[in-house]
This record gives sequence, C-alpha cells and structure tokens, in this order.
Amino acid sequence: MQTFLDDWGLTLITFLPIVGALLMMAVPNAREDLLKIVALGAAVAVAVVVVLLIINFDYDNAKDLQYGVDVGWIDIIKSRFTLGLDGLSLPLVALTALVTPLVIIYSWDHIPDPGNPKAFLILILVLHTGMIGTFVAQDLILFFVFFEVVLLPMYFMIGVWGGEDRQYASIKFFLYTLFGSALMILSFLALFFLTGAETFNMVELAEQVAVREIALSTQVLIFGGMFMGFGIKVPMFPFHTWLPDAHTQAPTQGSVILAAVLLKLGTYGFIRIAIPILPDAAFEWAPFIGLLAVIGIIYGALGSLAQTDMKRLIAFSSVAHMGYVMLGIATLTDFGVNAAIFGMVAHGLITGMLFFVAGSVKERYHTLEIKRLGGLLVQAPHLGWILGFSTMASLGLPGLAGFWGEFPAILAAYQPAEGLSVGLFRAYMVVAALGTVLAAGYLLWLLQRTAFGTPSEEFENDPDVHDTSVFEWIAWTPLLILILALGIYPNLVFSVTDPAVIETVVSAFQG
Amino acid sequence: MSHVVTLLAQADNSGLDFVRPAIDWHAVAPELLLVGLGAVVTLVDAVLLERGRRLAPTLAGLTLLVPLIPILTLALDGNDRFLFGGAYAVDDFSLILKAMFLLVGYVVVLLSTNYMAEGDYWESEYYQMIVASILGMVIMASARDLITIFVALELLSIPAYLLATWRKRDAKSNEAGLKYYLMGVFASAIMLYGMSLIFGKTGVTKLVDINVALSGAASSEPIVTLGIVFIIVGFAFKVSAVPFHTWAPDTYEGAPTPVTAFLSVASKAAGFVALMQLVFVGLLGRADVIEPLMWVLAAASMTVGNLIALRQTNLVRMLAYSGVAQAGFMLAPMAVIGTSSGEALTAVVTYLLVYAAMNLGAFAIVIAMARRSGSAEIESFSGAFQFAPALTVAMTIFLFSLAGIPPLGGWFAKFLVFRAVVAPSTWAGIGLGVVAAVNSVIALFYYANVARRMWMNEPLHGDRSPVVVPPSLAAAVVLTAAATILFGVFPGLVTHFTDFGETLLPLAAP
Repeated sequence: MQTFLDDWGLTLITFLPIVGALLMMAVPNAREDLLKIVALGAAVAVAVVVVLLIINFDYDNAKDLQYGVDVGWIDIIKSRFTLGLDGLSLPLVALTALVTPLVIIYSWDHIPDPGNPKAFLILILVLHTGMIGTFVAQDLILFFVFFEVVLLPMYFMIGVWGGEDRQYASIKFFLYTLFGSALMILSFLALFFLTGAETFNMVELAEQVAVREIALSTQVLIFGGMFMGFGIKVPMFPFHTWLPDAHTQAPTQGSVILAAVLLKLGTYGFIRIAIPILPDAAFEWAPFIGLLAVIGIIYGALGSLAQTDMKRLIAFSSVAHMGYVMLGIATLTDFGVNAAIFGMVAHGLITGMLFFVAGSVKERYHTLEIKRLGGLLVQAPHLGWILGFSTMASLGLPGLAGFWGEFPAILAAYQPAEGLSVGLFRAYMVVAALGTVLAAGYLLWLLQRTAFGTPSEEFENDPDVHDTSVFEWIAWTPLLILILALGIYPNLVFSVTDPAVIETVVSAFQG
Repeated sequence: MSHVVTLLAQADNSGLDFVRPAIDWHAVAPELLLVGLGAVVTLVDAVLLERGRRLAPTLAGLTLLVPLIPILTLALDGNDRFLFGGAYAVDDFSLILKAMFLLVGYVVVLLSTNYMAEGDYWESEYYQMIVASILGMVIMASARDLITIFVALELLSIPAYLLATWRKRDAKSNEAGLKYYLMGVFASAIMLYGMSLIFGKTGVTKLVDINVALSGAASSEPIVTLGIVFIIVGFAFKVSAVPFHTWAPDTYEGAPTPVTAFLSVASKAAGFVALMQLVFVGLLGRADVIEPLMWVLAAASMTVGNLIALRQTNLVRMLAYSGVAQAGFMLAPMAVIGTSSGEALTAVVTYLLVYAAMNLGAFAIVIAMARRSGSAEIESFSGAFQFAPALTVAMTIFLFSLAGIPPLGGWFAKFLVFRAVVAPSTWAGIGLGVVAAVNSVIALFYYANVARRMWMNEPLHGDRSPVVVPPSLAAAVVLTAAATILFGVFPGLVTHFTDFGETLLPLAAP
C-alpha cells in the first residue's frame, strides 16, 4: 500500500478526474443521475486517495517533498513530469479535494440554467485536474500547463452558466489571466537560460540561482514577470477588476471553486516559485507587494461597503482577504508565510461557504439585491444561521478559522524579515488592522440587512423560500465543521506548513 | 539511335562531357510514386470519363498515402542521402516535412470529397492539381539548390493558382485566383532577382557552396545584402507576412474553402520550408542582415494580423488574418538564427506541424458548418453547441489551440518560439518575446469570440436543425483533433522528429 501510494498516489489524484470526465462522455445525456454519480465518484475517489496520502504523510519530514514522481516528459526542453507533496502544498491539495466533491453534491439539485449537467460536471472535473496538478507540480513547465488548464473550463462555466453579464465577465477573466501567464512563461524561460541550469525543476533552479551570480536588476525583472502572472491570479490591486465581475456572474459552483481554490493558485505561486527561486529579487519587491496588499485590503473593504449586491460584496471582500495573505507573504518571515497559507485555507473554506449561501439565497429569492432581502432568519432560520456563522468567521472572530489567517499576518508585519524597513511595514500593519474594522462593518451590515428584520412584503408568502435542503446540508456540513475545527486548533495546519515554510521560503534568505 | 550516339560523342569531344548522375532510387521513391500514381488519376479520368468521377477522391487519397511507405523506410534507414551533387537532400528535416505535406494533402482530399462532388465542379482535374502541387512541396523539402528551390516553388504554385479559381462561375473566386496569381508571380520575380544577385556574386547555386562563399570577403558587399533582402521579401509574399499579406484575405475568402485550407496550411508551409533552407543553410553567414529583417516582419505580422483579425465578421477572413499573425510567430525564431539556430529551427518546424493540424481542423469545421448555413459568417455559428455539440467541442479545441492554451498543441508550438527568442538572452530577443506574449493575449480575444458565440449565444432564428457531417469530413475532424490534443499533452511526439541538433548546415554537405 505504502509503495503504491509512493509511486502512484499523486498521479492518481491528478488524473482521476480526467478519467471520470472521459467516462462521463460515454454516458448519454438522458441518464442524468448516472452522470452525477460518475462525476461524484471520480471526485470522491480523489478525496479518498488524498486522505490516504494525508494519513501516510511523514509529518516529521513535512519539509521534504514526498510521494515524488519524476519521469521524462518533453526531453527537448528539459522539462520533466515531476510531482511532489510537502507541507506547503498538502493543505491546499486537501482543500481542493474537499471542495470539489462538495460542489458536485451541491449540483445535484442546483444545475444552473441553461442546464446540461453533463457538460457542466465534465468542466468541474477538468478544473479539478488542473487545480490538483498545479499544487503538486514541481517542474515549472508542468506547473504552467496545469495553471493554464483551469482557464478553459472556468471560462465556459462563467460564460455558459453565468448571470446576465456572463459573456463580458468570462472573457475578461480569461484575458487578464492569460496576459499574466504569458509574461510568467517568459520569466520562466529567462530563468532557464540565465542560470544555464538545463532544468525546469523548481528545487534545482533555486539552488542554481543561489550559486550563479545573476545581476540583481535582471532578477528583479524576472520576478516582475512572475509577479504579473501570480499577482493577476490572486488578484492583487490594481489587477483585481476581473474578480468582482467573474465572481458575480459565475454560477454558484463556479464562484465557490474560484474563491476556494483558483485564487490560491496565485498566492501559492509566490511561495512555491517566485520567492524561493528569486529571494534577492523578492526582497526588493517586498515593500511594493506589501503596499499593494494593504491598498487591496482597504480598497476591497471600501468596495464591499459600497455594494448593493450580496454576491458582489462577497467578491470584493475576497480582494481584501487576499490582501492579508499577500501582506503575510510580503513580510518574508516564516510567521508571515505560515499565516498566509493558513489564510488561503481559511479564505477558501469561509468564502466558499459564503458563496454557497449566496447561491442558495439567489435560488430562493431570485435576487441578491441586499435592500430587497431581509428576514432570512425568520423565513429560513438554518440558512440564516449559517450565513451568520460564515460572516463571523469571515470577519475574523477568534475561535473560527478566519482569525488565524488575518491576525498573524498583521502581527507578522510588526517585525518583517531582517533588512526590510520596519517602519514601513509597521505602517502597513496599522492600515491592515484598520481594514479588519471595516471588514466587521460590511459583513455585519450585510448580515443585518439580509438575515435580521422581517421579510419584505415581496417575499413574505413566497413558496420558493424554504429552508436548507438535504443536499445543501451534505455539501456544507464539512465546511462548517472545518471552519470551527481550524479555529479551535489551528495547529492542524500550522504544524504541517511550518517546517516546509522554513525549508523552502525562509532558508532561501540565509543562503 | 546512332545519331544520338554521334551527337553525344561530339559533345564529348567539345568538352561538354555528360556523366549520368548516380540516382539513389530509394531516396526519390516518394516523388516517383507521386508522379506515377498521379498519372494514374489522370488516366482513369481520361479512360473512364464520367464513370471515373467517383473514383477520383479515393485514388487521389491513395496517391498521397502510398509515398509515405518509402518515407518510412528511409526514416528507418536513418542515413542522410544526397543526390545530384548535393542539390537534393533526403535527411531528417526533409523526411518529416515530406510526411507532413502528404498528410496535409490527404486531409485536404478528405475535406474536398463532398464539397467537390456536391458543388458541380471539375473533380478529377481538381485532385490532379492537388497531387501536382503536393509533389512540388515534397520536392521543396529536399531542395538545397537555388534552381531546385525555384522549380519546386513554381511546381507547387501554378496548380494552386488554378485551384483558387475553381468556383469559376463566381466572380469572387476569379478575383481570388487572379490576385493570388499576380501577387505570386510578382513575388517569384523579386525572389528570382535576389537569387540572381547572389548567384552573380558567388557563382554557385548550391546552398552549401553559397554559405562557404558568403563566409568570405565578398559577403559584406551591398549587392549581396540586396540579394538577401529580395529573396526574403519574395518569400514574405508567399507566407503572407505583413506588409506583403494583402492578397491573403481576399484569396482565402474567394477560393473554395478546401482550397483555402490547402493554401493556408500546405502552401504557406512550403514557403517556410524554402525560407528555412535558405536562411539556415545558404545565408546563415549573413545573420546580421536576416535577423533585423525577420524581427520587423515577425513583429509586424503578429501585431497587424491580430489587430485586423479582431474586426472580422467572416470566419474565413478571420482565419486568414490569424494566419498572418501565426506566420509572424513562425518568423520570430528566425530573428535569432545567428545565436541560437538550433532552437530556432526546431521551433519553426514544430510550429509548422502543429499549425497544420489545428488550422486544417478549424477549416474542416468551417466546411462542415457551411453545409448547413451556406455561409462562413461568424454570426451563423451562434448557438452551435445546441445543434452541433460535437463540432462545437472540436472547434473549441482548434480555436484554443490556435490561441496557445495548454494542454492543446498550440501551446507547445508557441512555447518553443518563446524559448528560441529568449535563448540568446539579448534585448532584441526578449523584446520580441514580449511582443509575442502581448499578441497571444490579443489573439485569444477573437478566437474566444468565436467559441463564445458557439457556446453562449442562441442559434440564429431559433434554427436548431442538426448538421449532417459526411464520413470523410468527420474523419478529417477526428484526425486533426486527435493530433492537436496529442501534440499538446505529449509534445515529445513532435519533437522526436524536429530536433535536428544545432543546425541544418552539417546535414547539407554531401
């Protein structure tokens, strides 16, 4: 068993969804239940293998890549099919493996218009492969391919199954991301040729950059290319404008996957690739990244306050939350980066949950306009309480997961890595702390206007408004439990990530 | 008979001794088979007349597939062969391209079968022209001599001029053919003039010898530079690079769609093959002239082609302009041939192979959809997902492959171009890389626009009647789609054949 997992575990979780998608193609359109079962089967199979991987993971050596796979792929460009799992990627792989089956369960009775569950579920499975692949790839080219694989399914998911402005939102999402990744691939290539390392392996490249003396100005430029690729994906201010559109227009399932996993591809890129490989350039960029991060925090919060649409509000809150993650990363300390990874997981769980709730509200009320809603607690008490729980988690209430993403990130800015301007980062810290107040403001205001009060006349006797359904409960319970569990015992994540952060990120500065 | 002997004897005495060149029959077997079987296609038509019509596409298809057998045996044999004093080379480079031309020809025959049969066109002649043109391309892949290159070029071009006018009762088709003919002849003339200048200065026609001659002192003379510029400009017409692209959209729109597919893939590829042999073998010593010229041509083609493609409402015209932009991508690696010729050569050949698969596929879908609507307006593709889901998925594959989105074949072709231009780590190279990167984003917009209409819009007039796809067309779609996906997921399948080491040059010497 152990050897089987060692050899095949990561390959299986990466490609099982594609196998599921191929199986689904053979199932006729009319057999809807069978289609859903196959899709769920594939996603659950992935989840089971991931659980096995987690159980067999060697936690004493969480800093090392485990379950490694390394076979030839494209010899001519020296790119290899290299996979590996360490403490940095484990939480994110687990998050992906958890969220995807939940999304498929939610889809059981929530296939958005214009229907066609077959195509919809196939796209989710293709996305699944892209997401897992990105988190386990250890070769830059392989990473790039998986990073891009998620684009097409998400484009179609927003464009076909989305809201009114779906066509605009989908192409905007696609163009922004592609622009970033085109510059990113140029950076990868420049790295390859400048180091003369003859490999795209991330670990080896990091070693080579440390040995060879590449001019700092060149490194800064290369980092800039990567910054565009990852920063747009995060998204960082001022590249965030695709996000509110994409989130608002996407179907619920799309929003959840986007929030829970896709945004993390960008931040993960920073801590897995950009910073370990180019630590000196990261050092030069850090104050700038920190600045954009805090602008994002404040801008996202102010943007949220100005929204009249529930889903758009949550989307803007994502900009703010990802700002905390980026602030943590910008400190370049083990404390900050650990907080960032925790922030990614927490944001994935909480904002994913919020989008689920928003989708269900939309399904019941056929609108997300905040001023027309109200009295959710009266009409659908369970749904209302879940919304309350999620907003509390999102605003960073201690005891729930959101707290451990934000608070340590702010704290880390108090003492950034040696050599970075302490004064500057403390200023960032103060601004970021102000951001939490604003966050409490818009989230509580949202809760107050939608959940409290009495239902508006419009929906008072609307038969569509019902409480949480079975499928919703199944899909949401794991998220709710994890939000609580991670809030009470954050070491679940920190104990895994810390050794890997020290090994991969922080040690890069001591070389 | 005795008269001939006497004549020969006289020639011998006067010093013009003729030595029969040793011919390696194995090496020229593909060409001979094409000639022989092509003649059979003509004979069947001449003998069976109307009854032979139905046989024509099948025979033409076989004619194009059978020569793959000697190509395979030559590839397995593995030795580079040189004929006619080195003017004709059979090496890895030429074999993979010959195979590509034959397969492209075969797919074009598949695309044409129903189009020609149902459209009341001359059929047998059509296939004869295709075979003749392909023969020219197959010869081009081996041509390592100015004269051979020119002969091959004319052999592949003249049938193509005729093919463009095949819908002869249609004014647009006549316009297409005439424009193509005039521009083509004009380009040939410029190129020939350039070649004559080079020959005048060096006194040799074999590319290897030219390379040696240009390495000497004579190479820096302005007249040589002028010759090189003329040759490249001539080929810039052939491959429709900006600013010599203006014939392409009109010709593509007016010609019968299978012919457009043929022109945009095979004919363009043949132009690139000739260009590669010239710049990677004959003129490599003058990279200082070629590089800036190629830089400008590549950057202009990518940018102008993409920007104009954005505004097109007709899919064939859009593909024409996108073809201009794609030509820019293929020219880009040649802007760094001085420093990283190995990477550049691999990039261009790989790009040609991948481009052939994905572009032919896109045209196959255009032809299939036009069977229903009779038009190639992008509007008529609206809502195709609802009435032709399989074609829509296939078209999505081709479009996003053209845009270069992983894991479809196009990404790897583009990646190799990026790799080639970044490899020398010069500002010029990286600058071209950035231009290419920005252009891939622009290109995505119009490719995705077509996909958007097919997936996200409602069908025009609510018409959901299905598209009837004849078997030969379906086969073409399946073949090209499979190739597009496989090239993207396992790029090693292509690079196995396109890695020629450092340069073509050592391969060219007999």
